[in-house]
Amino acid sequence: MSKRVLMNGNEAVAEGAIRGGCDCYFGYPITPQNELTAYMAMHMPRHGRVFVQAESEVAAINMVYGAAGAGVRAMTSSSSPGVSLKQEGLSYIAGAELPMVIVNVQRGGPGLGNIDPSQGDYFQAVKGGGHGDYRLIVLAPDSVQEMHDFTADAFDLADRYRNPVMILADGRLGQMMEPLILRTREPERVEKPWALTGARGREKNIIRSYFSVDGVLEKRNEALQTKYRRIADAETRVDPYLMDDAELMLVAYGTCARLAKAVARDCRAAGIRAGVLRPVSLWPYPTEALRSYLDRVKNILVVEMSAGQMVEDVRLAVEGAVPVHFHGRMGGGVPTTADIRAKADEITGRAR
Amino acid sequence: MTTTTEKPVFTRPQTLTDRPMAYCPGCGHGIVQTLMAGIIDELGIREKTVGVAPVGCAVETYNYFNIDMSEAAHGRVPAVATGIKRARPDLVVFGYQGDGDLASIGLAEIMHAANRGENYTTIFINNTVYGMTGGQMAPTTLAHQKTQTTPLGRDPETTGHPMRMSEIIATLDSPCLVARCAADTIPNIRKTRALLLKAFQYQLAGQGFSFIEILCTCPTHWHLSPKDSMDYIGRVLTPIFPCKTFRDRGAGHEG
Ligand SMILES: Cc1ncc(C[n+]2csc(CCOP(=O)(O)OP(=O)(O)O)c2C)c(N)n1
Repeated sequence: MSKRVLMNGNEAVAEGAIRGGCDCYFGYPITPQNELTAYMAMHMPRHGRVFVQAESEVAAINMVYGAAGAGVRAMTSSSSPGVSLKQEGLSYIAGAELPMVIVNVQRGGPGLGNIDPSQGDYFQAVKGGGHGDYRLIVLAPDSVQEMHDFTADAFDLADRYRNPVMILADGRLGQMMEPLILRTREPERVEKPWALTGARGREKNIIRSYFSVDGVLEKRNEALQTKYRRIADAETRVDPYLMDDAELMLVAYGTCARLAKAVARDCRAAGIRAGVLRPVSLWPYPTEALRSYLDRVKNILVVEMSAGQMVEDVRLAVEGAVPVHFHGRMGGGVPTTADIRAKADEITGRAR
Repeated sequence: MTTTTEKPVFTRPQTLTDRPMAYCPGCGHGIVQTLMAGIIDELGIREKTVGVAPVGCAVETYNYFNIDMSEAAHGRVPAVATGIKRARPDLVVFGYQGDGDLASIGLAEIMHAANRGENYTTIFINNTVYGMTGGQMAPTTLAHQKTQTTPLGRDPETTGHPMRMSEIIATLDSPCLVARCAADTIPNIRKTRALLLKAFQYQLAGQGFSFIEILCTCPTHWHLSPKDSMDYIGRVLTPIFPCKTFRDRGAGHEG
């Protein structure tokens, strides 16, 4: 029997990384993800693995770039302001096609903002963030169990596609405690013939994203886009909840998905046929899954801890077929189930 | 037939590829990289050496070295080198950086890699300008030196004085070897070679961070001929950037 333990989300990520075969962790302190870095400081050396407290998030992401280039499983974690600093590094990592894992335990912004939960970094995570045409695979857990599992999975995904993978969480998921079952599955190990291991008995390997010769960079970009299409075909993840007969579709991820599920149950008790479509992969976005419900669904309500970021992807998917409504809070505010329910009543003409 | 008695006095290091270097005539990068290749050959470490190339004129250094190499974002060579060496301590790792890269945008990374005593070798090319982008002011630019962004000469009142990186690095306790030398005259190039060799040997012995600063010519942006550039190093640069060893823990020292 697998063991159930009690952990907070940040620790669950850290233990997930260790069980996912993370060889090197590089981090810099920032709330609300400090338990993650602290856990790694304590446990990585115990497993004979590498922990370095970097001098900045910029250094941390470039240490990850170096370690990933040397063929090991590498990871960094931070929260919003720190993740902003890592964007240059992520662009280089995507350009050089290095597998790595980054965790963003989002907090309120813009600027220094606050340390309360937020989903204000959605655009940054799924639309690029750094310069150039690239994509991160972005996974959005909504429980401590998923914080753990997705992190472990992320290393396999990263290696499979030679692509950076982001776990997009928020301060609430990072801080809350829940029981979870620790992963026992062995990590998938893939050969990395491209890695920097010393040019012994083979041609030299070069980790690079600079291609100054005419046309080469365009070809590289085309190859990247082909890879991204392959990822989109194989790795889109979605979690439908009470969706079979739903007329009101709530769309939410992470913390907001938990709230949306509670609201959907509540709505059903009041005779409103509500369901939740929870995107689990934010990139690739579950556009097709979302579209597949449009013949029955009469209204869509998107709930986010932002001014409305993911709602743009919902609108792109829906293409005007169904009205798309939005409820969000910003700056560390978390929507209440009562407010979401009131919005649902308003949309469905049940306003009390 | 004299062929049987002829002895080769120079062969191309195995660590160098056949690619002609794309540096300007008289540029110091080529001298240093040829020295490094010879040392890697001499130590027999070509197959376990990994280099980190900077953003700058030396960005495509990996075209010239026949070894595994990584690019790094501008200034981040020390962080990338740290990542590689921590991931695979069995590799020999060097970071190659210009003065804009190391002393300006990457100042935090070099200071902290040095302070952690990361067991890799830094080769720091001080040519007192940003070469690749067209000869702008670097932190090492001399007072009153004309550059693209100091068209009237560097004004120390508003832009500061040249930063002496070896002296700054030598304030830290961790580095095992910190030295400045010059790639100008034959004796100086020999000294440079000896220092580079020592730096790699120290790394192989696990002695930690070594820092070799090399004064190098940039005829293009100094607006001098290659020959005058060589003279300029001894005449103008070395009085401000003295060539000396600031730290040498000596062989046999652990960590
Ligand atoms: C983040 C970033 N900023 C600026 C640049 C433009 N850039 C390319 S090389 C360079 C300066 C390089 O000068 P130095 O390090 O002295 O090396 P050199 O070219 O003289 O060998 C700059 C500013 C860049 N590539 N990336």
